Amino acid sequence: MPDKPKIALYWCSSCGGCEESVIDLSEGLLELAERADIVFWPVALDSRLKDLEALDDGEIDLSLINGAIRLREQARMAQLLRRKSKVIFAHGTCAHLGGIVGLGNFHTVQEILERSFRDVPTVRNLGGILPGGSVEGSERGPKLSPLIDKVMALDQVIDVDCFIPGCPPPPELVGKAVWSVLEGKLPEKGFVFGDGKALCHTCPLLESKPEIIRVKRFKRVHETDWDPGKCFLPQGIICLGPATRGGCGSRCIQANMPCRGCFGPLETMEDHGAGMLSFIASMIDADHEDEIRRITASIPDPGGLFYRYSLPHSILGGGKGTET
Amino acid sequence: MHGFEPKIILFLCNWCSYEGADAAGRGGKEFPSRNLREIRVMCSGRVDPRFVLEAFRIGADGVLILGCAPGDCHYKTGNIEALKRIPLLERILQQNGIKNDRIRFDFVSAGDGEKFARVTGEMVKLLKRLGPFDHA
Repeated sequence: MPDKPKIALYWCSSCGGCEESVIDLSEGLLELAERADIVFWPVALDSRLKDLEALDDGEIDLSLINGAIRLREQARMAQLLRRKSKVIFAHGTCAHLGGIVGLGNFHTVQEILERSFRDVPTVRNLGGILPGGSVEGSERGPKLSPLIDKVMALDQVIDVDCFIPGCPPPPELVGKAVWSVLEGKLPEKGFVFGDGKALCHTCPLLESKPEIIRVKRFKRVHETDWDPGKCFLPQGIICLGPATRGGCGSRCIQANMPCRGCFGPLETMEDHGAGMLSFIASMIDADHEDEIRRITASIPDPGGLFYRYSLPHSILGGGKGTET
Repeated sequence: MHGFEPKIILFLCNWCSYEGADAAGRGGKEFPSRNLREIRVMCSGRVDPRFVLEAFRIGADGVLILGCAPGDCHYKTGNIEALKRIPLLERILQQNGIKNDRIRFDFVSAGDGEKFARVTGEMVKLLKRLGPFDHA
């Protein structure tokens, strides 16, 4: 019997949702296990680092890596998997664009560590221990891996073949991506699984989207009663569908929530936030500066909204600290 | 910051502000030409926020966008569309660690060489006080 293709799955800085998107293949997972050998999947199988290291270079046919790169150890694992794999897919938004974790780039590592491990009222860190040092009283370890300066998307650390967007990606998309390799139909390099067009094109509310939209105030979903049967935008609720790649199956829209952009920017858009900013500013119903500023002030955190999933892949990348 | 000469990316609308810059030159007004890297665009509304972010990424110390006065836009409202983006853009820049003084939008009419000289002069003065912007 010929060898089955070998598959590896690994997670870096992520919430675990992408691993769920694999579990949610449900019966498809059994089919996959029959058709391929899953040689490394620490979250679900008894996989050891030494087993991975023992494989020949390029012996793994496909590795799916989810999560952003936040720790030095994650960068090392990504590099190791790259060496061992013929094909690497960035699995989910964090690996694709940096994801929610990437919002950390609005702050320095020091600020994040102080906040998370010392200042938070629910934390009692008596030794003041921060990641990067060894744990007190333990000669042999364990050591916590140091953070790297900036959160990075996977392709900012290693060469990536294709991208599966989504937070998390719909299981059908994960299945489609994996089978493309098993069936020898790997798309061209850099391909992003998903639609080429904006979400609006496949949105169930598209019919009610007017040609021109003007609003006097932007509202958040808890601030207003809205008609769930109509496009969010003319109702003053920001939906990022116009600037976001479709292919998600409009999951959020169908759950009465506006799009938050997890499928990333359109192909022609270099900076997701700049694209969003353009269309949102165009909706402002004012032509004098004071009123424009007043309407704009109803968006509490434009940086967090426009770059929710893509800060590490944006033009400015979060900057390097506040100018004094 | 002794001897620091800020670099300003200056977006000029083809119909008014570019003419305004010309008028400043013709009229012999003093303005800080060595600090300006001008880019002529058909309309200030054409200045995609991406251009501004890119300008800072490649080393601009400031970005100045000049458009027609309200009511004078060759395309009716392109200048207002540009104006509408500025407050959000300022906040995005701020969150990326860039002070609002580094970006400015203003109206400069075709014949208004004086205003062109004043606005560019003010911007250079402000940036000299702020010092260079270092994104890397």
